[in-house]
Amino acid sequence: MSAEKQLYTVSVYTENNIGLLNRISAIFQRRHINIESLNTSPSEIESVSRFTIVINMTEDNVKKIIGQIEKQVEVIKAYYHTEDEIIYQESCIFKMRSTLLFDERQIQNIIKESNARIVTVNREFFVIEKSGRKEEIELLHRELTVFGIMQFTRSGRIAVSKEEMKISTMLEAFQA
Amino acid sequence: MDTKTIKKETNTTQTTERISGSEAVIRCLLAEGVDILYGYPGGAIMPVYDELYKYQDKIHHVLTRHEQGATHSAQGYARISGKVGVAIATSGPGATNLITGIADAQIDSTPMVCITGQVASHLLGSDAFQETDIVGISTPVTKWNCQVTKASQIPEAMAKAFYIARSGRPGPVLVDITKDAQFEEFDFKYEKCKGVRSYIPIPKLDQTLVEAAAKLINAAKKPMIVWGQGVILGEAEAEFKAVVEKAGIPSAWTILGAGAIPTTHPLNIGMVGMHGNYAPNVLTNDCDVLIAIGMRFDDRVTGSLSTYAKQAKVIHFDIDPAEIDKNVKTDVAVLGDSKESLAALLPLLEEKTYPEWHQKFKDLYAIEYEKVIKHDLHPTKEGLTMAEVLKEINIQTKGDAAIVTDVGQHQMIACRYANFNKTRSNITSGGLGTMGFGLPAAIGAKMAAPDREVISISGDGGYQMTIQELGTIFQQKTGVKIVVLNNEFLGMVRQWQELFFDRRYASTEMTNPDFVAIAKGYFIEAQKVTKREELKDAVAKMINTDGPYFLEVCVEKEGKVFPMIPTGASVSEVRLE
Ligand SMILES: Cc1ncc(C[n+]2csc(CCOP(=O)(O)OP(=O)(O)O)c2C)c(N)n1
Repeated sequence: MSAEKQLYTVSVYTENNIGLLNRISAIFQRRHINIESLNTSPSEIESVSRFTIVINMTEDNVKKIIGQIEKQVEVIKAYYHTEDEIIYQESCIFKMRSTLLFDERQIQNIIKESNARIVTVNREFFVIEKSGRKEEIELLHRELTVFGIMQFTRSGRIAVSKEEMKISTMLEAFQA
Repeated sequence: MDTKTIKKETNTTQTTERISGSEAVIRCLLAEGVDILYGYPGGAIMPVYDELYKYQDKIHHVLTRHEQGATHSAQGYARISGKVGVAIATSGPGATNLITGIADAQIDSTPMVCITGQVASHLLGSDAFQETDIVGISTPVTKWNCQVTKASQIPEAMAKAFYIARSGRPGPVLVDITKDAQFEEFDFKYEKCKGVRSYIPIPKLDQTLVEAAAKLINAAKKPMIVWGQGVILGEAEAEFKAVVEKAGIPSAWTILGAGAIPTTHPLNIGMVGMHGNYAPNVLTNDCDVLIAIGMRFDDRVTGSLSTYAKQAKVIHFDIDPAEIDKNVKTDVAVLGDSKESLAALLPLLEEKTYPEWHQKFKDLYAIEYEKVIKHDLHPTKEGLTMAEVLKEINIQTKGDAAIVTDVGQHQMIACRYANFNKTRSNITSGGLGTMGFGLPAAIGAKMAAPDREVISISGDGGYQMTIQELGTIFQQKTGVKIVVLNNEFLGMVRQWQELFFDRRYASTEMTNPDFVAIAKGYFIEAQKVTKREELKDAVAKMINTDGPYFLEVCVEKEGKVFPMIPTGASVSEVRLE
């Protein structure tokens, strides 16, 4: 088992109930673990929510965390994956001054090359959206910073695993 | 009950009735078999109290003198009976006063349901009078909790609460009910909870792992068992005894495991941990196979993890997957209910004895006896020791009493020296170490087991943390026997100051009141003992008194509990002096 710290993506399938975010985040808080990113959303299964949490830690500790998370009554199952075991995306939005669009031709190229897209343009500002891996977003951020960014925001990670997560079969077994 | 409102549903056998949320709370409790609850009223829970008045012939409400007392009483009730203890309080300060007991129950896996009143739902989040976010506050210390804002949600919430509290690894749950939900009327129907989709209370036993465990055990030359409360919670005492006897393995206990097999059993080699016995602590670092059953390798048990049982193959039987490899890496982990696991293990074990290995425990016991036990039990110096009080209690109760302790030196001495003939006889705050636990827990224990002798043993410090519960004892006429071992110090802290802080007794000396007068003030018979010659008669008087009795024993002021493993030291570095 790897004793090195690395990024792990933890996927937690839960009942869709109030208060769970509190219970789950408390597990990290108690152990002084910084959550790099957190996203919660509906999952592929009806009435089941999914938390996607990115943390930087050793595999030994991530296993213990998974145990503590699964112990929560309303958590159905938790999984953890390394960076190569998942496909993930993050999303970000930049708000920039509209004049730049005309004064700085370069910006148009950047948008094109980075596969970003313009969401809206008005007289004062325009908005760029990009989804991609962390590094791609960071690169775009660096490139646009030069021109001055009015607002920038970035989402938590969303991820799917390359291997199957056997959550549905688990739930079926329960139904039986 | 208002029969006019009864309405039958056509296609089910169950009837529904139109009742208020607060009446529903009581009906749920009755459906779960609750006949006693501990609590304290207040504005936000008044509708439920009003119903309790109506149902007082079916359900007995014990008015404790503090909500902390209510939780500890509910814990004591649960610990001795194995049933769910119930505590009830109002919103705000009532609810927050429950927290210590809830936290205690969580870490000691005690089944408890707490019901709190809450401000009306339209006031939630507005900093209303006596509003606190008790669901938020109690989240880290409950197994599960929820808030109910509609009467119709009460039956399901209560059913889930009882199911979760008592199933699997038990624990405390909290149901917070807004005042409007208590008033609201709805069609009541109760169904017991049979399962929660996301919750697997008992992991499925894997027979191949049981076989792997048996193989390791059968091949061992120097095996040792350390058992914990999991044996008791799983009601696996008989299976456990059979395993120990067939395999002939020396077995030691954590404080919450005490009594699962009697103290005097020949294979019972004593207590492990910070103030545990010398032999099992030292030989943990000598055994070749360590078999942990229903215990969680608490740091008070293991001392320094980096030196704990490194030479041994470790087998861990537990119900909670999160305990596996949490502190100690295992070679074989058997998940499951202790009763089932041990029953599966038994036929696979070879019948054995380990005379030489067992002799090592006896040799070390002899050392501990010479250096510590002899002086504790048969002191030649002036000044009563705590241990001789325990010895006298053992003699006069024949080891059949349930001992409920507080936290401190007296607790460790009681665990070390009390004879526990029966299971569920050591009721103590293990994981949280809550001073003030003892007296109210003893009340609950005595009420759950009125035929047993229940003796509460406290220090002068902890006793004063919940001394007001003498009022509950008096009002309820609960026949608990209360012993305070008075050393005029916060003894355990003083011991640490003596050993590790150059005897700087910072705020540990206690100037105490007239405890006997206080007990008498509550109309409880009381006596104070200062001399060795008086002890025997005083204990006899206590045991022979019907109803509650208070006995203060003035013990030596600077007594110490040994053996001791200093914090962070290895179990083999246990000090005898
Ligand atoms: C609520 C709480 N506060 C503080 C402590 C820390 N503490 C542990 S033992 C102890 C001293 C206990 O003194 P006493 O009740 O007189 O018992 P003794 O050790 O003398 O037997 C203290 C203060 C605690 N365990 N619980």
